[in-house]
Amino acid sequence: MRVPSTRRLRALRKALLGVAGLAGFLVVWQLIPTLGLINSQYLPYVTDVSARLFEESLDLAFWRRLGSTMTSWAIGLTVATIAAVVLGTIVGLVPFLRRATHTMVEFLRPIPSVALIPLAVLMFGIQMQAALVIIIYASFWQVFVQVIYGVADVDAVARDTARSFGLTRREQLTHLVLPTALPYLMTGLRLAAAVALILAITAEMVIGNPGLGRSIELSRSAGDSVGLYAFVVVTGLLGLAVNLVFRFVERRTLSWHQSVRGEEAL
Amino acid sequence: MTAYTERLAAGPRARGIGSRIAASFLYTLGLPMLLLVVWGLVATRSTSRFFPGPLTIFDAFVQTWVGPAFVEDVLPSLYRLGLGITASIVVGIAAGTVIGLVQWLRELLEPLLEFFRAIPPPVLIPVVMLLLGITDTMKVVVIVSGAIWPILLNTIEGVRATDSVMKETADSFQITWWERLWFLVLPAASPRIMAGVRQGLSVALILMVISEMFASSAGLGYRIAYFQRNYLIAEMWSGILLLGLVGVFLAVVFGLVERRVLRWYHGIREVNRA
Repeated sequence: MRVPSTRRLRALRKALLGVAGLAGFLVVWQLIPTLGLINSQYLPYVTDVSARLFEESLDLAFWRRLGSTMTSWAIGLTVATIAAVVLGTIVGLVPFLRRATHTMVEFLRPIPSVALIPLAVLMFGIQMQAALVIIIYASFWQVFVQVIYGVADVDAVARDTARSFGLTRREQLTHLVLPTALPYLMTGLRLAAAVALILAITAEMVIGNPGLGRSIELSRSAGDSVGLYAFVVVTGLLGLAVNLVFRFVERRTLSWHQSVRGEEAL
Repeated sequence: MTAYTERLAAGPRARGIGSRIAASFLYTLGLPMLLLVVWGLVATRSTSRFFPGPLTIFDAFVQTWVGPAFVEDVLPSLYRLGLGITASIVVGIAAGTVIGLVQWLRELLEPLLEFFRAIPPPVLIPVVMLLLGITDTMKVVVIVSGAIWPILLNTIEGVRATDSVMKETADSFQITWWERLWFLVLPAASPRIMAGVRQGLSVALILMVISEMFASSAGLGYRIAYFQRNYLIAEMWSGILLLGLVGVFLAVVFGLVERRVLRWYHGIREVNRA
């Protein structure tokens, strides 16, 4: 009985310390403008920012903006994932294609997708499609590269076994390739979800299509620092939510896999 | 029979070194060349103004970037990028090591750091602008404020997850604190640190471009946005190409450094796999 209780104590301690850290941060933030270290015009009070957050949460327009950000995020992520999984599986399974596309991938992947913003604006103007170009480009590579690695990582013994048992191509794909590639795919998906959110908001800031990013840019140009900080906090919470959801999905889908099982045994 | 086995044993080597070099050359450059040619052909036929051919872009590239523009726009951007990356790596690893080694500090800061990492980095540009004004320092701070999180958090995680057998071995050999840091903690964390640095690099490049698109009258990001607003299409493409080259350059340098730093690690993994 001793062991679980110390574990629970430790978890409690961790949670308490975490809350203390957050509270400490908020207090320091509140103290800096109060003591006049930074003018409250540039760093508004926490109390003002949270009041503003509450106000915004009652405003339908705020939720509509949040909705348009998340819509472009979801469409971009879905399109990029489907394209990356299909292409990645094909390229990963055919050694010839893998060799032939290697240089191309290594050259295209590091190009920062924000470099494409001007092009996207020219092609689509101030619309969601322009943002989608950037979101898809950035998140595609995250998934694509992982899928290529994953598909190519099939264990040699497992493959030989599958072959000697006479599995058809299709059975091999579902029973051999998919389970091997799934952990890689989930990693790619988690990274892509975060990247897609970053670029959805960036696109709104730079291009000006409606959404949270545009609100940030508008608050900045209007000199509304309280609103600016409030929206920055919202994007942070949004990013946190995306991370948590995808980490949860990853753990659920990979509950059979060594990496997750090993963690739980600890 | 012997002739057959000999041929088998000789294998692909029998084809000669020349044809092998040719094959790998084709594999490396075949597809890019093919795509360039197709692009060129399509561009001469199509009437779209937004997709000039590769030759036009190359011309524009030479005219735009070779000369004084390189010194005025490209070098300062790269300088800020380099400064930002260096600061993120140094601060991230130093702070990450301390936080990772001290348990209560780690538990105190973890939720906070998770939140900061989750903030999409470009959102911090207006905030830093508000606090520091539109200066060069602001651009470097913006780069650091975005690129530091993956490095910091990966360092914390790497330092925390040091192998317990190695820790106990170090304890029983009674090595000093510095030796322990240098020979045990940092090497053990280095694969994770390098993964964090890789993520940090791409964030830094994004922030360099966006901070200049936002608030600047010089620099690579500013130039590209300027070309787009003035419908200088070929010049804009040349800017995108240059940014791509910077990205590839960063990736290549990182790859070399990583191979050097993590040579032992890749070696161990090869052995384990074999």
